[in-house]
Amino acid sequence: MSEKKKWFTLDLGFNKKVPTASSCGCGKTSGGCGSHEAPSPSKNEHAMTAEEFDKAVEGTMVDETRKDGFQQVFDVKMDRRTAFRKLTASLLVGAGAVQTSCSVIAGEESKEKAQIDWEEQFKGNYKLMTQEERDATVDRLVRSYQLRKKENIKMSATDASKDVLFGYAFNISKCQGYMDCVSACVEENNQDRNSQMQYIRIHEMKDGEGFKFNEADDNYYHEVPAEGHFYMGTQCFHCDDPPCVDVCPVQATWREEDGLVVIDYDWCIGCRYCMAACPYDGRRFNWSKPEVPEEEVNKNQHYLGNRMRKKGVMEKCTFCIQRSRAGKDPACVEACPTGARIFGNLLDPDSTIRWVLANKKVFRLKEDLGTEPKFWYFMD
Amino acid sequence: MVKDSLGYITHGSKTYHIWMIFLTAIMLIGMYCYSIQLEEGLSATGMTDRVSWGLYISNFTFLVGVAAAAVMLVMPTYVLNDIDFKHAVLIGEGLAVAALLMCLAFVVADMGGPSVLWHMIPGIGVFNFPNSMLAWDVIVLNGYLFINITIPLYILFRHYQGKEAKRSVYIPGSILSVLWAVGIHLVTAFLYEGLQARPFWNNALLGPRFLASAFAAGPALIILVLAVIRKFTEFNIEQKTINKIAMIVVVAAQINLIMLVSELFKEFYAPTHHSESAYYLFFGLEGKTALLPWIWTAIPLNVLATVLLTFHKLRRNPKVLYFCCFILFVAIWIEKGFGLIVPGFIPGPYGTIAEYRPTGVEIGVTLGIWAMGAFIFTMLAKTSIGIELGKLRYRKKEKLASKAA
Ligand code: SF4
Ligand code: SF4
Repeated sequence: MSEKKKWFTLDLGFNKKVPTASSCGCGKTSGGCGSHEAPSPSKNEHAMTAEEFDKAVEGTMVDETRKDGFQQVFDVKMDRRTAFRKLTASLLVGAGAVQTSCSVIAGEESKEKAQIDWEEQFKGNYKLMTQEERDATVDRLVRSYQLRKKENIKMSATDASKDVLFGYAFNISKCQGYMDCVSACVEENNQDRNSQMQYIRIHEMKDGEGFKFNEADDNYYHEVPAEGHFYMGTQCFHCDDPPCVDVCPVQATWREEDGLVVIDYDWCIGCRYCMAACPYDGRRFNWSKPEVPEEEVNKNQHYLGNRMRKKGVMEKCTFCIQRSRAGKDPACVEACPTGARIFGNLLDPDSTIRWVLANKKVFRLKEDLGTEPKFWYFMD
Repeated sequence: MVKDSLGYITHGSKTYHIWMIFLTAIMLIGMYCYSIQLEEGLSATGMTDRVSWGLYISNFTFLVGVAAAAVMLVMPTYVLNDIDFKHAVLIGEGLAVAALLMCLAFVVADMGGPSVLWHMIPGIGVFNFPNSMLAWDVIVLNGYLFINITIPLYILFRHYQGKEAKRSVYIPGSILSVLWAVGIHLVTAFLYEGLQARPFWNNALLGPRFLASAFAAGPALIILVLAVIRKFTEFNIEQKTINKIAMIVVVAAQINLIMLVSELFKEFYAPTHHSESAYYLFFGLEGKTALLPWIWTAIPLNVLATVLLTFHKLRRNPKVLYFCCFILFVAIWIEKGFGLIVPGFIPGPYGTIAEYRPTGVEIGVTLGIWAMGAFIFTMLAKTSIGIELGKLRYRKKEKLASKAA
């Protein structure tokens, strides 16, 4: 069993130090099983500190800018992004943000708002930001919310902890289809109420027919548990070799060190390529401006998690990053009245999830695709 | 040159003016529809979480093929110095430029966040290269656009100055563009082919079929355009040229049909779960049959055109030829457009069958972009025809010439 070796004997920390060492159980070293290659590039990037990266990037950029004459225009050393920002600033005088920031009548607040909008529009990719830049954007978002809604939110940007790899197991025998997980998820993660976006889908299947997803109903409105049926939940499985990450043209989505696959909502351009690439229907798109009634907004937020999204960006389950990185279970796990949902650290030998993997006959969906989901199913 | 050509573009016959006004009107409607979409978000379109690409990406895919087809004419003309094709080539490259601009417009129209598209510009944004096929596609499409603008520009500019274009300059460029055209096809096919999540696309024949169908549809369109140009201008296009292009169309269409048969055989001889999308496309699933009328229009048209064109006698008859080119073009547009994109999403990853129906806004934007393409092409073609006919020449030289005379 390849996955056993992978999840039970694997120390990812070790793997990081010696990236060539193959610890995947499939026995291949060439990467054919699909679990060798993908993590390594992201690791290399992470191995470089954010500052080093920025320096490297800036170094090349200043060189290039010398050639294209931005210097003569502005007479200051700047990287391309700054140059681009200034150039557009001068070009787009008509843009609302600039207008208000220049207007004399506009009050301090609207000036600040415009300033924030401006900096938000041209900030970089979160994955590549330095710590200061990350703090700055979090501060801006909190302040912006304060200015607009006159309410305070708490936004964290906690990084992955060492020696943590999150995993999930789902007990098919226990699930009764109550969908408490679905509503808890919607509330926790500030999903758009208008389009009734839901990360979790519960599939109702007929007893005695096995897993026939194509005949299952994932949109039922009747009383549960319905006679002669069983239930199975799906969501983003946080694949260890996620195809959605590979295809994103701008690296707006990536796998974090603790195995969570996250999206930078402000960097996403909304091309939906990741959605086409996901074999598990894990992603959701904001087709219009997401709306959450003010009193229902969960104010305990994470930059990569449940903060407010805008229209035209991708989102999905993050295993409630704002909770899991604070040592809590995701909302769905907490809400489930039957105890069908189990969450924990795969690298901790004493965790419940490890116990389940060791003692139950677990399986995963579409394993043949080589995506290595960190989401297992089992039965009592 | 720009000034001259502007002057030339704004003058023309009455039909020409009506045509341009008509296109402008459609473009304005398209822009209005796009403004609605910007305001409301992509919910103004028929796309949903279940079918997340639709008309825009379909047209994009098809037009990449049209863009690359110009190359079939470039090769013999520039490299083998087949004078015969030379007139057709400038038209073909103009078509490529227009098609590429349409491609880019469709991609932009499909984006959820057009205001942050700069994230994709190498240098200031972050490019997921070489992992993402979409990143590759952006690079190859823009590179191809650049090549297709520079080569004809160089040639036309030399002719404009009344000189012959230097072979040593444009031949390496044309060879590059030939290779590049195959590249844009394959990369665009790989965009879909590389997704293990969608069995309908995850198919090794996708790339080659892209090439074959594009080399049928593109030159078919060129024949139609040449026919129109022949009718409305004095630009002399020999029948020989058209015959040769028709030959390309036939061969490509035949290869395309063979591949279609092979695909159908694989899907229906031993159907698996992975054949469901094909079932949906050709027969519908669970009473959901939105694509049936389309695909059952496309297939007979495709077969009919290919068969008719295969016979020399019929192909030599302009009426039959034009008719066949037209139906072939339409058939491939359906097949390589939403006949390819939409079934990829149906049934969904868990077998859900949700149909897709484009909204008026979406259709409006699509028509607008097509009108834009036609507009750009008309301008390009008119300029190059003007230069080639010698109506548009560098002024000073004309004056000198008149003085000397
Ligand atoms: S389930 Fe889909 S969205 Fe989630 S990590 Fe895997 S491929 Fe990506
Ligand atoms: S929709 Fe966003 S996250 Fe998904 S591939 Fe496109 S840019 Fe990346």
